[in-house]
Amino acid sequence: MKNIVEMLENSCSRYPDKTMLMEPEKSITYKAFVNEAKAIACKIIEKIPSQNQPVVILIDKSIQALVSMMGVLYSGNYYTILDVKMPVERMECILNTLQPSLLISDHKQWKTAEKLNFKGDLLLYEENKTYAIEEANLLSRRRKMIDTDPAYVLFTSGSTGIPKGTVVSHRSVLAYAHWVVETFAIDETTIFGNQTPFYFSMSVLDIYATLLSGASLYLLPKLYFSFPAKLLDCMIQNKINTIYWVPSALGIVANLKGLEVLPPKDVKKVLFAGEVMPTKILNIWRRHLPDALYANLYGPTEVTDICTYYIVNRDFADDEALPIGNACNNCDVIVLKEDGTQAKGDEAGELCVRGSFFANGYYDQVEKTSEVFIQNPLQPHYPELIYRSGDIVKYNEYGELMYLSRKDFQIKHMGYRIELGEIETAMFAIEGMDACACIYDTQAKWIILYYQGKNLTEKAILEQAKAKLPNYMWPNKFIPIKRMPYNANGKIDRKALKAMYAGG
Amino acid sequence: MEKLLAILEDMKPGVDFKKEKKLIEDGILDSFDIVEIIAAIDDEFDVEIPVMEVQPEIFNDVEKLYALIERLMEE
Repeated sequence: MKNIVEMLENSCSRYPDKTMLMEPEKSITYKAFVNEAKAIACKIIEKIPSQNQPVVILIDKSIQALVSMMGVLYSGNYYTILDVKMPVERMECILNTLQPSLLISDHKQWKTAEKLNFKGDLLLYEENKTYAIEEANLLSRRRKMIDTDPAYVLFTSGSTGIPKGTVVSHRSVLAYAHWVVETFAIDETTIFGNQTPFYFSMSVLDIYATLLSGASLYLLPKLYFSFPAKLLDCMIQNKINTIYWVPSALGIVANLKGLEVLPPKDVKKVLFAGEVMPTKILNIWRRHLPDALYANLYGPTEVTDICTYYIVNRDFADDEALPIGNACNNCDVIVLKEDGTQAKGDEAGELCVRGSFFANGYYDQVEKTSEVFIQNPLQPHYPELIYRSGDIVKYNEYGELMYLSRKDFQIKHMGYRIELGEIETAMFAIEGMDACACIYDTQAKWIILYYQGKNLTEKAILEQAKAKLPNYMWPNKFIPIKRMPYNANGKIDRKALKAMYAGG
Repeated sequence: MEKLLAILEDMKPGVDFKKEKKLIEDGILDSFDIVEIIAAIDDEFDVEIPVMEVQPEIFNDVEKLYALIERLMEE
């Protein structure tokens, strides 16, 4: 199996009439899906005479978005999915970076697509999903494909304000999907309940583990995550048994007491990643679904999705942090200290990754790429790249990796090196705390805690700080906030907090 | 009703909550807003909205939401 297309066809030949994808009012079998993807691919081949070209897709999370993605891959090109809710300016910035000659959109987004400042061709999904399939054209494209060709470019926000496009190859996706399927025993009986949008790296797990194993994937609408009863009802009705969500999605269901009224009994595997999992939320899930497997996954987009994982195998108090565990099979992690040597014992250092989950680098950003994809400093004898994650970690007494913070969240305060994440974990455990985040005022030398929650007093929070943290880690200022700002991926938006703080 | 409108207007200034009947479908309120509204209602009216009542039809329209609060207060 050299690429994603072969992986899809393999499952299609085993389970042609099995339901592959589901939405509230719609579903599609493997066979029907492959036919639609091939039809779109033939149209793309007609429009783009060469291979390995970017094709941008402006379609909301849906079956047709996935058909379009696979259509692009069948044509020997690679895709970028745009968030349909992102500002037009940002869409144009991405288009400007990629300079694609083709953009695929559907009726729902057509007006936006037409308004974009874009010189290439527009392809309407609905008009082309039944286009005539020319197998010979598909075959000639297939012959030229190699596994290191890109499958997609995924954009994340860059520190300069210009989005960074991470180029990920077929080989990386295949290696990653194999690890997922093997580690979590994903097979044709798996029914995934997908939460994450397709422009977010976590969706790679849902999509490609499904494709590889012949599983089924239910695309849960975003709206359901505001209404736990609707969400849980849908999960029960459709016998969803595996989920991979961001912690805030698991949190909304738990906080509104959804699990008490409608426990989704079929759910046997609960995986999460994307941000630090509040242990309090995990414990609520574990109380209601005690037999499920829970796993904390960790990794950046630059290693496809994940490089370390921890399957929860013991109890954790609400104020204890979860480990990120150990490296995935076929993946290696190195903890490097600032001086470039390996951390020993429980020394903290930057987590670096080796192996096949690696991305090819950033699109049109040679300099940025060479800053984080570097020669392995521990092995100078032949060319070998490692990826520097920018995340600070250390090993605990069980030999499991603990995430401490981003390199830029690590502060020096009163002479101590402090991880703001550690303060957040301790503060989050307070009764009534819904969300909290720390920032550091480098001028005043204050640790600022933003908190959101009911019936919380500064006094109660300070008492908790005193009980749990050494005095140099106590926040200096407590600011109640009605609503924590979140970015497009559902993570706490720390840049917004800093801006809020700077604005008084 | 005035109290509920005040909560909402404070949260999302500039939205005409009396007129809008599709607060959810039109994307005016998102999931974090819903959580916040439920917490504010709990604070101000001392009623806890049961999860089964947290439905898009109710949060689409302030009148329906208020009717629910009144019903819960009587119970």
